[in-house]
Amino acid sequence: MAKVTSLNVNGKRLAVDVDSTVSLLTVLRNDLDLTGSKYGCGEGQCGACTVLIDGAPTRSCITQVGRAAGKQITTIEGLEKDGKLHPLQEAFIKADAMQCAYCTSGMIMSASALLSKNPKPNREEIVSGMNGNVCRCGTYQRIVDAIQIASGQTTGAKGVTR
Amino acid sequence: MIEEQTLLDGIEPDRYELFESPNYHFYFDRRDFIKAFGLGIVFIVPAARALAQQRGQGESGRGGNERLPNNIDAWIHINENGGVNVFTGKVEVGQNTRTTLSLSVADELHVPLDSVHLVMGDTDLTPFDMGTFGSRSTPTMAPQLRKAAAAAREILIAMAAEQLQVAPGDLRIVDARFLNHDKSKTLTLAEVAKGRKLVKVIPDDIAITQPKDWTIAGTSTAKIDAKNFVTGKHRYTSDVKREGMLYGKIVRPATFNASLVSVDTKAAEAMPGVKIVTDGTFIGVVAPDQQAATKAANAIAVDWKSPGQPSNAELFDLLRKPATGQSGGGGEGGGGGSRPQGSIADGLAAADKKLEQTYTVAYIAHAPLEPRAAVAEWNGDKLTVWTGSQRPFGVRSELAEAFHIPPDKVRVIVPDTGSGYGGKHTGECAVEAARLAKAAGKPVKLVWTREEEFTWAYFRPAGVIDIKSGVKNDGTITTWEFHNYNSGGSGIQIKYEIPNNDIRVHQSNSPLRQGSYRGLAATANHFARESHIDELAHAINMDALEFRLKNIKDDRLRDVLQAAAKSFGWGKAKPASGHGFGIACGFEKGGYIATCAEIAIEPPSDKEDKPNKRVRIVRVVEAFECGAVVNPLHLKNQIEGAINMAIGGALFESVQFENGKILNPHFASYRVPRFNDSPQIEVVLVDRKDIPSAGAGETPIVGLAPAVANAIFNATGVRLRALPLVPKGLTV
Repeated sequence: MAKVTSLNVNGKRLAVDVDSTVSLLTVLRNDLDLTGSKYGCGEGQCGACTVLIDGAPTRSCITQVGRAAGKQITTIEGLEKDGKLHPLQEAFIKADAMQCAYCTSGMIMSASALLSKNPKPNREEIVSGMNGNVCRCGTYQRIVDAIQIASGQTTGAKGVTR
Repeated sequence: MIEEQTLLDGIEPDRYELFESPNYHFYFDRRDFIKAFGLGIVFIVPAARALAQQRGQGESGRGGNERLPNNIDAWIHINENGGVNVFTGKVEVGQNTRTTLSLSVADELHVPLDSVHLVMGDTDLTPFDMGTFGSRSTPTMAPQLRKAAAAAREILIAMAAEQLQVAPGDLRIVDARFLNHDKSKTLTLAEVAKGRKLVKVIPDDIAITQPKDWTIAGTSTAKIDAKNFVTGKHRYTSDVKREGMLYGKIVRPATFNASLVSVDTKAAEAMPGVKIVTDGTFIGVVAPDQQAATKAANAIAVDWKSPGQPSNAELFDLLRKPATGQSGGGGEGGGGGSRPQGSIADGLAAADKKLEQTYTVAYIAHAPLEPRAAVAEWNGDKLTVWTGSQRPFGVRSELAEAFHIPPDKVRVIVPDTGSGYGGKHTGECAVEAARLAKAAGKPVKLVWTREEEFTWAYFRPAGVIDIKSGVKNDGTITTWEFHNYNSGGSGIQIKYEIPNNDIRVHQSNSPLRQGSYRGLAATANHFARESHIDELAHAINMDALEFRLKNIKDDRLRDVLQAAAKSFGWGKAKPASGHGFGIACGFEKGGYIATCAEIAIEPPSDKEDKPNKRVRIVRVVEAFECGAVVNPLHLKNQIEGAINMAIGGALFESVQFENGKILNPHFASYRVPRFNDSPQIEVVLVDRKDIPSAGAGETPIVGLAPAVANAIFNATGVRLRALPLVPKGLTV
């Protein structure tokens, strides 16, 4: 079986030693200890495992690691730069767009892919762009708000003082 | 049983919530605390129910080793840096109780919110707690912590006064600083705690700050450690990694209730690094990585013998039959029914219109996005398990029992968890991981697959509800006979003034394993009741809001009804063609709710069977009152979330089963609400600063289903009496 020996993750070249057929999610979480990407279903149905591969949103749970080798992989851990949160991370806090937050990494990664294609999406475009991601706690409106905040279309959630 | 129910203080217990005695025998003495916490001051919070008995024993605080109270709710440690560490057995599962409780402590102690740190759900560090369920954290734990913080504040002021050589009455505490009247003398909290070795039991007669005087609580506050979550840094159980950790996988039976005939592990045993564990019907594997564990488990050949078992088609006939033996019925809880009042027959005789209808609810799954997970580690005879559970102490008991070890040899740690909704009261995964770790002699992580979570967890009970009623043409309801089969008693009591009523809960043999769920039976009982009320209003041609107000005297319920109706514009405009309006209201666990919904009948999407129509929920207005609001932002978030979650059970969620198998154990076949199912939501908070806060994690879920069913009737004239209402779309 073909082996994968290195991956480009969040701008760094990282050594691994895994079969190419193992899921990218498993390698990120178990081999590289990048646990921000989550297992929610293993079937590409919930979006909790979403990462970017060469900028494209990808369900890492159903992506064989061999298909990601040699490409640029971005995970939630790669969004914060020099201690500064990504605008989407800031906006999710501002809009209180989470409860248990298990879906949050996948939501933010899907949203970042959406905004790179469409920097000012309207609500309908956000809903259709994000529909593959499940928030079982049901914070959908707040996530839509957060994406609008991050894209500069509104200034923030009402009444959050802290 | 009766005693336990009394202790639960009116919440609905079910079989998953009751197998551990709440009486915790706590034998720490003051020296143990000093050893555990180091320098600073520890305040012990006796349990609410124990306070009365301890009156007089009180607090001496002179460093003696006298016995501390047996029942303790929490302790608070003020360390030498002025940090406030609060220890509670409650857990965080997304309901944001970490934020709520931190707000309460900061508010009462007059310290900055970010100086408060909660240690939660760790059976070695936190006092016994029954579990995080029943919407009890806000009404019971928050006031307990406030009492502790208030007592701590007064004691600390006295200590600071002594240090500053001023009268205690001259000092106040602002932002963790003690100030005298002209601010000429000040001390920080850290300066007071420095070098101390004190353990104090708080007195029970301390007054806590009333909601109207709250300064930190009562204001909107975002999730307290949100940054940890948006960066992916928070470690849920499934993210925990231990030195030398292996991965586990369980071989599951072919069906429920299957017995093991034979097992052949030879092929799996030959795989490198794989260990097979068989123990009775338990079959599991341990391997150096997840893929090897899965491969080995798949290579084990097992022959199971399965008894014939019921299927969906016969469910409701089955539930009408009385329970035999140990039923597993969700029924008994919540006090069930009540003593009948008046005479049903007299009420029917007095009625102008009589109505008799049956309503049903399907089994549904919690489907928490983080499935059950556990990491187990044995050090000698001591077992430590990280797991996502709403009952860390209950899981500790399960582990102690499973391994025949004393509970004090078991430590259960619950990291903030990827949701529960009442679905994580049990410790199956913890027990499995611990069994594997014991065999492997190394730490083992076990994460259930989505399919396992959908199959081997437990479900919200299905139920059948029969209602017989009568109404006069002037809108007076004369009689109310209500039978709930299997789904349970929560939310079954009526707030309608009906002189003749008979409300009963019946237990059945549930064909599936069932247990708690957000709101439990309150959704079923509200769906049936509020649909039926709508039918009565229609029968006498009266407006649905007017009819409710005519029969409800309770001001708190009237207030939310009127608040929701006003925001919605009820009675102002007619729905557009193909749209419908519906309203529903109710009461449960100290919370009052009214929900108005607008739905639209639209062409089918890819989720409906053509030519059925799609029912889209366009707009929901929900008014909610649960006493004084601790955190308006999180209360709104909870209500919005409950509405979105309720959409699933209302419109399309249903566990399909046949002959001991779940037929739809995947998100592709078990549909959950998504972005495009979510309506415009407006939340109206009725803040009653004069009423103690109740919990709010559950009750906001109960209003949606009946409001939507009533709106569908309004739009189409079709009365749907089964949840889910339109799993394949609306047949028109």
